[in-house]
Amino acid sequence: MNKKPKKYSVFSLIKNAFSYHENWQPAWDSPEPKKEYEAIIIGGGGHGLTTAYYLAKNHNIKNIAVIEKGWIGGGNTGRNTTIIRSNYLWDQSAALYEHALKLWEGMSQELNYNVMFSQRGVMNVAHTLHDVRELKRRWHANRLNDIDCEWLNTQQVKKFCPVINTSQNIRYPVLGATLQRRAGTARHDAVAWGYARGANAMGVDIIQNCEVTNINIKEGNVTGIETTKGLIKSKKIGVVAAGHSSVIANMVGIRLPLESRPLQALVSEPVKPIIDTVVMSNTIHAYVSQSDKGELVIGAGTDGYTSYTQRGGFNIVEDTITAVVELFPLFSRMKMLRHWGGIVDICPDASPIVSKTHINGLYFNCGWGTGGFKATPGSGWVFAHTIANDEPHALNAPFNINRFSSGELVDEHGAAAVAH
Amino acid sequence: MFLINCPHCGERDQSEFNCGGEAHIVRPKNPLNLTDDQWADYLFMRKNIKGIQFERWNHSNGCRRWFNVVRNTATDEILKIYNIGEKAPQIEGNNPKTPSGEPIIGSGNYSTSFEKKQ
Repeated sequence: MNKKPKKYSVFSLIKNAFSYHENWQPAWDSPEPKKEYEAIIIGGGGHGLTTAYYLAKNHNIKNIAVIEKGWIGGGNTGRNTTIIRSNYLWDQSAALYEHALKLWEGMSQELNYNVMFSQRGVMNVAHTLHDVRELKRRWHANRLNDIDCEWLNTQQVKKFCPVINTSQNIRYPVLGATLQRRAGTARHDAVAWGYARGANAMGVDIIQNCEVTNINIKEGNVTGIETTKGLIKSKKIGVVAAGHSSVIANMVGIRLPLESRPLQALVSEPVKPIIDTVVMSNTIHAYVSQSDKGELVIGAGTDGYTSYTQRGGFNIVEDTITAVVELFPLFSRMKMLRHWGGIVDICPDASPIVSKTHINGLYFNCGWGTGGFKATPGSGWVFAHTIANDEPHALNAPFNINRFSSGELVDEHGAAAVAH
Repeated sequence: MFLINCPHCGERDQSEFNCGGEAHIVRPKNPLNLTDDQWADYLFMRKNIKGIQFERWNHSNGCRRWFNVVRNTATDEILKIYNIGEKAPQIEGNNPKTPSGEPIIGSGNYSTSFEKKQ
């Protein structure tokens, strides 16, 4: 059963060095599912694991299972470009993402797990007059919401990130940029592993290689799920299945406004430190940062059609690389090492759905689209609150599924685009 | 990434085309009487199927004409292409064995020949 994990420290590192690091205890258990749980989370990615963690920690619900089709963090949590920021336009999103960013700042300490959160700043570059106006509007919106944001002119951009091409003779010259200094990157796998370890220590069962095949409903209440490992009963079920949310929703006849599409990313060969921030451009669709290993991490766009294949078109990658090379001509001869795709669930207003449904005890957390990673802890925090109290948290109340009927959409296409 | 056999131009790369989303969504006949929920359903809600999906495509960088495509979204295999206005064909496709299951081959460069209606 769930043994209390030993605290990681410099002393445990030294101690384990004497036994050639062969005696570390597993970070989490792999139990067989019990017959019944107080709550079940479908999806063992970052958002699902944080939901289980905060259900146990903030709401004292310990008898929880996280059901994962593959392995934890093997979906979009392990496939994104790890950018974290909160410079969203509208109050609703700004509050949600800023809450998440504050949780990121204390995460490594809280989890006793180094998630390598690095507040290296995120720069959103403007290339046209419209960009300048739009980004300045967002800069002011951020300041009104107490989110740190600065405006940099072309010279300041060059000073902050010397490798960028600020020539005014290129097709899309750099006219300025916004900078959020508290934004940055983190080690994505460590986030999943840290929360899995933390949740497991509080008694959460993490069940991998277990696919949900049906959700059982009786008289408008959920009663449990059917899985490839048998029937598991529960009166509260939270679905955090990202690209596969519609597949789960279709089991119970819930209609979601989502389209699942491939989103690609790629990394280059490792080089010495050359870019110490994250540079994003919506207009030419490029964003790039450098990992601690020295690889350039580059994010491409989504394909324009529904697909669950976890691979996208080469033309999408080509477009992104073209833009990156114009902005950073010195990257032009670098070799790309790896390239992959993830399936993102895109909402019409580019905002998530964290909501109750018309079925009692069934909750959905989906629609994060191309930018869910940055919200990982905040998403779990508010979703755990929603599941525990059967009422949304103030932060996720605006992200109700009913907004598509009422018309209260949170249109974040400007802030959500590109940076994933 | 795959090839699409445009009924008018022949087999071309997918990047020449634009996907128009789910096919056979009919605009409500009595818009004045619709509730907000019914409008939301028509405007926003989608099946987003993993498996055999019916969708509209436009050859935007070619003949610029619309047509319907039956595609397996789990493999990107195109099973049938038919004209706008035709009824959705009955297709027994190679659906994933379990709802979220993965096919053996993730994606293929399959294409299909266009069958003209008599």
